[in-house]
Amino acid sequence: MVQQLPAIIVVAPLFASFFVFFFGWRNKHLAFPMAMGGVSVCVVSAIAILDTVIRQGTIQYRLGGWAPPWGIEYRVDHLTAFMLCLVSMVGWLAAMYAKKSIEKELPEKICLFWSLFMLLMTGLLGIIITADMFNLFVLLEVASLTSYALVAIGGSKAPLASLRYLIIGTVGASFYLIGIGYLYIATGSLNMEDLRLLLPGMYGSRVVQTAFVFIFIGFAIKIALFPLHSWQPDAYTFAPSAVSVLISTAVAKTFVYALIRIIFSVFTLNFIKEILPVFGFICWVAALAMIMGSIFAIKQTNLKRMLAYSSIANVGYIVLAIGLAPSSTLGLTPAVMHIVNHAVIKGCMFMAACGFIYRYNMWDIRQFTGLGRRMPYTSLAMILAALAMIGMPPGVGFITKWYLILAALEARGYVFVVVIFISTLLMIIYFWRVIEIMYIRPEKENTFPGKPGVNEIPASMLIPGLLLGILSFVLGVVWISGTFHPLLYAINTGFGFGGTP
Amino acid sequence: MDALLNILISKANYWLYIILMMIGLYGIMVKKNLVKKIIGLNILQTAVILFFISVGAKEKATIPIIEHGNDTVHAAVSASHYINPLPHVLMLTAIVVAVATLGVALALVIRIHQQYHTLEEEEILKRIQET
Repeated sequence: MVQQLPAIIVVAPLFASFFVFFFGWRNKHLAFPMAMGGVSVCVVSAIAILDTVIRQGTIQYRLGGWAPPWGIEYRVDHLTAFMLCLVSMVGWLAAMYAKKSIEKELPEKICLFWSLFMLLMTGLLGIIITADMFNLFVLLEVASLTSYALVAIGGSKAPLASLRYLIIGTVGASFYLIGIGYLYIATGSLNMEDLRLLLPGMYGSRVVQTAFVFIFIGFAIKIALFPLHSWQPDAYTFAPSAVSVLISTAVAKTFVYALIRIIFSVFTLNFIKEILPVFGFICWVAALAMIMGSIFAIKQTNLKRMLAYSSIANVGYIVLAIGLAPSSTLGLTPAVMHIVNHAVIKGCMFMAACGFIYRYNMWDIRQFTGLGRRMPYTSLAMILAALAMIGMPPGVGFITKWYLILAALEARGYVFVVVIFISTLLMIIYFWRVIEIMYIRPEKENTFPGKPGVNEIPASMLIPGLLLGILSFVLGVVWISGTFHPLLYAINTGFGFGGTP
Repeated sequence: MDALLNILISKANYWLYIILMMIGLYGIMVKKNLVKKIIGLNILQTAVILFFISVGAKEKATIPIIEHGNDTVHAAVSASHYINPLPHVLMLTAIVVAVATLGVALALVIRIHQQYHTLEEEEILKRIQET
């Protein structure tokens, strides 16, 4: 049973997706419990896999028993197992949150929603676990196509937003496919481990370098790195609430993970050291994303749109961490930390923002006067996450920034330290505006329809949000306390970095 | 001149793929009609598919089926005598992905047309601003 876990974690949501559609079509009350069952299987197997990996080291799973360079291989090392846990747990919380929110927003599409939701989980977990370049492409498209469909089932402007996402996203996927093609021409292999062994002699080759550029740009589109982000704000804003939560956390983070996996596992550090100027350029692009994302966020009055631009800034943080990784001894620690931290913070914020929409249909920040007293717990979750993101110690944002500054100082990138400070100041501006309107300004008459006094969202939506809000500080303490340091050490050494966590 | 001609002819498949890809990207970026954008997208995907398929081809090679039978001799199989089938098989999957993408895109276009009664991007944006 334990040996089959890497397959189960992908197959379980796939079957769940099918059964949800089949049974949910007749009785829509069956859809949620079945989907929840599927996600729970993922969470349990992800934890079991992490446990096995920590005790026994890397797991290699051969699909159908075919030996690696020919067959498709699933390969689970420390980072993979860690990401499996993160994505399945975030998916579980998002599913919990989605139940009530979908019942209100899309009452006639419940069954379709859960079916697509499970298919999306299949794609995401598959992307994380696979060790085959082409298999990754197929699962990338499974995840992307389901995200297009999930965005499109939202409100009035959603289909247009989704079509833009589809066109730009497919260009990204095609670029990735061209990159795979170049690597295949150069080496004749598609297995990541095999490529890692075959490539070193060809690091100087233009084919391999072009492949790297194509793959990087393809993924930069998928993760919405700054100049290529134009699809992202609309998609996040017009998607149904539960979908915004899931896409901004699980989907975005999985694509970043896939980028890290390909850069550091297929091309490896030695290749990066040969093309180091390119990584300097990547750092600059990331710095631009951090600043521009925050500036755009300040201009927004729609809370969901503001959070979407804030995500662009945070993708900048992660990419900066990746860009600084080769030239500092911290390695991938800041990048991995911020992937987790941002999933927690942004998940909490989108849950709170969509809670405001759920209860009072409020999305414009200027209407929020008095909301802090009407929905105290949802607002508390929002503020905890906002403080954590700005960088109040010991929140998770503080930890990321601390490690990033250490890495930047070590890499002698003093400019990036300044950029981190500026982007923090900009973050304070746009989050403070929300807090000020919610708590400090007096409530206007007739803003809130319905009964007076506290009027909270249902517990199944409130608890995941509050949990993530509290987690954004607890996790900060956990990072400092060093509980995860052995894991981070294993991740770094696995990619050939020095190893100080 | 001869050298240039040589480059053009010996790498004809790559030139074709690049030209098709540029046509596709041009369609996506410049055309204002949503269906034309999708056609551009499909040309781009087809370019990648053709690129992969052309990679598998070899000179003086045959289809990759090894003859087994009662009256044929089991000769040693040399890979250079056969076309590389792997890129072709990969592209079967890529074609399925492309078809699925096209299906989703056209479904979205139908939804957009029901809503705005036009597929010209500028008119749609005008209507969004009016409301």
